[in-house]
Amino acid sequence: MKKKLGSLLLAGTLCVSLLFSACTGGGATPATDPGTSGGGDTPAVAAAGAIKVGVVNNPPSESGYREANVKDMEAVFSADNGYELKTFYSLKNDEQLQAAQGFITEGVDYLLVSAAETTGWDEVLKNAQEAGVKVYLFDRMIDVDESLYEAAVVSDMSAEGDLAVDWLLSQNLPEYNVIHIQGAMGSDAQIGRTGALDAQFASGKMNKVVQQTATWDEAEAKKIVESVINSGDSFNVIYAENDGMAKGAVAALDEHGITHGVGKDVIVMGFDCNKWALRELLAQNWNYDGQCSPFQAQVISDLIQGKTTASSKKIINEEKGFDATTITQADIDTYGLGE
Amino acid sequence: MKDKLKNIFKGGLGQLTIPIIAILLLIIFNLIRDPSFFRITVELNNDGNKVLAGNLISIINAASELAILAMGMTLVTAASGGQDISVGAMAAIAGSAFVKVLKSGGSINGLLVIVAFLVAVLVAMLFGAFNGTLVSVFKIQPMIATLILFTCGRSIAYWINGGATPTVDSGIVKAIGGFIPGCPIPTPVIIVIAMAVIFTLVFHFTSLELFTQSVGINGSAARLNGINATWIKLLSFIILGACVAVAGTIGVSRLGLINHETLLLDVEMDTILAVAIGGNSLGGGKFKMAGSILGAYVIHILTVTLYAMKVPSTDVKAYKAIVIIILVVIGSPVIKKWFAKTVARIKNNKSKVPVKGAQ
Repeated sequence: MKKKLGSLLLAGTLCVSLLFSACTGGGATPATDPGTSGGGDTPAVAAAGAIKVGVVNNPPSESGYREANVKDMEAVFSADNGYELKTFYSLKNDEQLQAAQGFITEGVDYLLVSAAETTGWDEVLKNAQEAGVKVYLFDRMIDVDESLYEAAVVSDMSAEGDLAVDWLLSQNLPEYNVIHIQGAMGSDAQIGRTGALDAQFASGKMNKVVQQTATWDEAEAKKIVESVINSGDSFNVIYAENDGMAKGAVAALDEHGITHGVGKDVIVMGFDCNKWALRELLAQNWNYDGQCSPFQAQVISDLIQGKTTASSKKIINEEKGFDATTITQADIDTYGLGE
Repeated sequence: MKDKLKNIFKGGLGQLTIPIIAILLLIIFNLIRDPSFFRITVELNNDGNKVLAGNLISIINAASELAILAMGMTLVTAASGGQDISVGAMAAIAGSAFVKVLKSGGSINGLLVIVAFLVAVLVAMLFGAFNGTLVSVFKIQPMIATLILFTCGRSIAYWINGGATPTVDSGIVKAIGGFIPGCPIPTPVIIVIAMAVIFTLVFHFTSLELFTQSVGINGSAARLNGINATWIKLLSFIILGACVAVAGTIGVSRLGLINHETLLLDVEMDTILAVAIGGNSLGGGKFKMAGSILGAYVIHILTVTLYAMKVPSTDVKAYKAIVIIILVVIGSPVIKKWFAKTVARIKNNKSKVPVKGAQ
């Protein structure tokens, strides 16, 4: 008997709580309407016509890439260019989601997102759509329906690897004996930059002397190359998946009296295009540096202002690769990251 | 001489037994695998210096930072009965400070490098003092106290660097991380020897070793005997700070680049391992610094061996773990006791036989 009463009570409270939640849910929907209309009012108040842009990104401290990315966003979406920019930086997806929701409630016109994780964005982006906020994704894709965003301006990591490997093939070496130093396994950059080279190893056009991950660690890269040199295996190409690891590899070459660079014994290839790395290219100590472009802001700005229209939802940002024989100081100033 | 040999076989090396056996085993393993592993050659490097090269040189060279950190960590372990897990992050801070000062002046000359190094030492010692104060004055568990810098240290280094990965291009810096012109031995190795000599002299001429051990064994008893336990603990962290600065400087100088995210990444765990492999009690008290230094070399012989075997570097950590588990278990009190008992039993049996025979 008592048990029955208890379960009845439980069911009762459940019903009541459901009712209440339904109420608050019902209450919430109309509540957003004045919110959005309020958001609509504010641009009218700021009659100067500044376009309000909310950017949710990863923090600049994440990498040199991100630092350049953040700076680029701030430069393009400046007050001078007719924008009112709000930014939020975090490596945590839930914090990013909260911030995005915050921007929507504040009534931004455009929401730009580079998400920490690919999942969990459905609801926030639906809210944005309901509130009339247009969403652009940059740098990273999100696992949501295409209808929820205007366009995604992203890098194609495998194109970047292809570009580099095509350049290497164009060198027409009689033999390709490659030391391949990989980044942190499983990262987008590693997968993209490894893929193209793996295809060459598989087809037999290039020989894999060693393929090791140094997890972006310069010192580890040096150890890997040193172990190859000590073992006496011959090689003529170093393909390092970022500049730091290429520098580590070169340090090992220098210590063992192996020449590198344009017209020397070993071809050195790096990625990221840090300014200091491009200077090594200019000095012809290295041969090639590839870049996954961090500059998406202008593309998005052009789309917003209607200067260009997106032919498809996914816009591949153009990738760059520099050759030591053709690079100029101007290239370093324009495209180099960091100092 | 005979007695000495006998002592060695009886385990007379004391706590050094394990690291020495480990090194011998690794050497034998490599001899069987590929004797050319031990080949040492003289090569002309790209700066025109004649330098030594080969796997053995790679090992003692690459283990330098770890060996120096292990020296400092031994003291901290002995005095506080805990470990500092922030050494990697602190090295990033020290390295960033070093580069910051180097980049502040126009051209890099010897004086500027010395100033930069001293600044790095000072900064690291300050952070060491911060850790030490938390541990000695506020009695916080060392691992928890140093967790603070472990978490935020690399962010601090990021602030110092201003976000980028600055590079320095200078012959002097290159000489610190590589070779001094005309000297075939890698400079980091020379620095390790210098540090070891300094510690030996300090232990010889001061009572630091004795005081540290007594504080580690029983802090209250040490205090009652007039030793300032708080100060000794604090001092050990400050000394570790200085070691961290030296290691950080070497790490930066090797490549002339400071990457706050990757400089001496995960080195704290290797450092603690080196101390443990060296047979030192991680609970504090008696210690032997030589053991920790040998421990550091054991770790690097292992790494270089695995690389030479072209084991994928993703798997290296797993193989390392297996070897280390074996070493640590062999060194554990339970196994030691069992071993001692077995030896004693065999001996007893032997001594009983002639007695019986006499009857």
